[in-house]
Amino acid sequence: MKKIFYYLCMLLIITALTSLSACASGPVKPGKTGAVVPDADNAGLKLPAGFGALKVADGLSKPRHIAVSPQGDLFVKLNGKLSAGKGVLRLHDTKGDGKPDETTGFGNYTGTGITIKNGYLYASSDQEVFRYKLNDKGEVIDGSEQKIITGLINRHQHESKSVVLDDAGNIYVNIGAYSNSCQENDRVTGSKGRMPCPILDSAGGIWQFKADKLNQTYGDGVRYATGLRNVVGLDWNKQANKLFVMQHGRDDLHSLFPAFYTDQDNAEKPAETMYALNKGDNAGWPYIYYDPATNKKMLAPEYGGDGKKEGGKDAIDPAIAFPAHMAPNALLFYTGNMFPAKYKNGAFIAFHGSWNRAPLPQEGYFVVFVPFENGKPTGKWEVFADGFAEKGDALTPRNAAHRPTGLAQGPDGSLYVSDDQKGTIYRIIYTGK
Amino acid sequence: MKIKLIFSGMLVLLSTAMLSAQKQAAPAVDIKKSIESGRAIYMQLCLTCHQKDGGGVPHLNAPLDGATAVVANDKAKLIRIVLKGMSDRIEIDGEYYSNTMTPHSDMKDQQIADVLTFVRNNWTNKASAVSAAEVKAVRGKTK
Repeated sequence: MKKIFYYLCMLLIITALTSLSACASGPVKPGKTGAVVPDADNAGLKLPAGFGALKVADGLSKPRHIAVSPQGDLFVKLNGKLSAGKGVLRLHDTKGDGKPDETTGFGNYTGTGITIKNGYLYASSDQEVFRYKLNDKGEVIDGSEQKIITGLINRHQHESKSVVLDDAGNIYVNIGAYSNSCQENDRVTGSKGRMPCPILDSAGGIWQFKADKLNQTYGDGVRYATGLRNVVGLDWNKQANKLFVMQHGRDDLHSLFPAFYTDQDNAEKPAETMYALNKGDNAGWPYIYYDPATNKKMLAPEYGGDGKKEGGKDAIDPAIAFPAHMAPNALLFYTGNMFPAKYKNGAFIAFHGSWNRAPLPQEGYFVVFVPFENGKPTGKWEVFADGFAEKGDALTPRNAAHRPTGLAQGPDGSLYVSDDQKGTIYRIIYTGK
Repeated sequence: MKIKLIFSGMLVLLSTAMLSAQKQAAPAVDIKKSIESGRAIYMQLCLTCHQKDGGGVPHLNAPLDGATAVVANDKAKLIRIVLKGMSDRIEIDGEYYSNTMTPHSDMKDQQIADVLTFVRNNWTNKASAVSAAEVKAVRGKTK
């Protein structure tokens, strides 16, 4: 009898929660967001039919990851210079036209990670994670800053710390490897790999901490997954109740091991990979790289590989592999209702754009979409938003007009994209026109 | 920024002019040869990181085109970087770069001289040549 009562209660709670979340991500509310219209040139972006884009902000100092509050305010993590002493900006739109006209800030550090969950905003420097309490208007409450994680490794290579939360009170932090391939001498031609790679003790993986405990460091956290060279984009997939991450694959196959690899091999072989992670997983870095043409885990040349030997028997396979060096800097599973049905639950990925493909032409500098259902890809990836870089074959990382680096979903289902080259924030909306 | 560049460019021109007046700099045809030889080395060893436009990669690999330190008179510094590589986070004209650079001590003195002469005289850069003798002198002190 007690049990039945318990189940009834649970059912009631679940129903209430579901209807609540349906409200939060529901259709566009008339009046406020109804007035948001695309810029005449779609802010320079090429988008699928029916989509439009507007510039929300410009000239910010290297904005990296972004988050939108349930009230529709945009929070931006800066990684360039502090803006009037602040490293996180809140852009508020008082007129409801999608063009924020009020900027405030908090946090006196630069960095990459930012996310909002259950009334708190989380933001990271390159060695710490902070959280802030939000009031019922979605504003950060003054004096609410708490340092929840500290002392993470920052050796100025793969140093950014991205963050995401699950639904069980845990926060996941990427700690990138301070190395390309764990050579005895980093990026030195012919230098052997260190065995076992000692970097993996404190980096090259995802660490799990409590979202509400102060001053945690390595001893308080769990190495949730290892063998990940550098993750910048990550998200929690609610359908699969699982962490998904995007790895930046290794560089310099040709220049470090010219006997085994050509320029073209370097430009094409070490895939950028998406992994679905379970606790304890190992993705194989630095011992292997993933070849997207053959779908095989290949033994890294630092560890005896020659471009033909396979490896990584204990390493997981990626959920999807993308062309090499495109630099996936953000991952977002779309849960909104604004976009057409095919986008629901699918993955958007912001590719910052390559440099290590040279002398071959650069790739990336766009936002990609992959259809998903229940945490599994159901189709091939396609370019969703392009036109950021503008230069064609003459493109270089310096002359690229814009480089996509962060993604966020608004409460109305808009998709926001940040660019850390010129500091532009875009908002992509579906108009059906 | 621009003014600074123009100013340092003028300084370099001025000092080049003074040098050539003082001790008869190498004939222009040799510099051309050095630049061409340096270009081939750049394409093979430097291009992937520093890029075809010499712009490097923001936040990671240092730019060479337009960088004050590249066209400055301290050639020994440039020679040392090529010989020993770089693993420090460095500031160039207000931006920070932190990727690791491979050491190239296996290159011959003349090759290092050529590639640096190319880098100092390509894109928008204009500065005096680097000689094999200068590389040899620095290599002797760096070992």
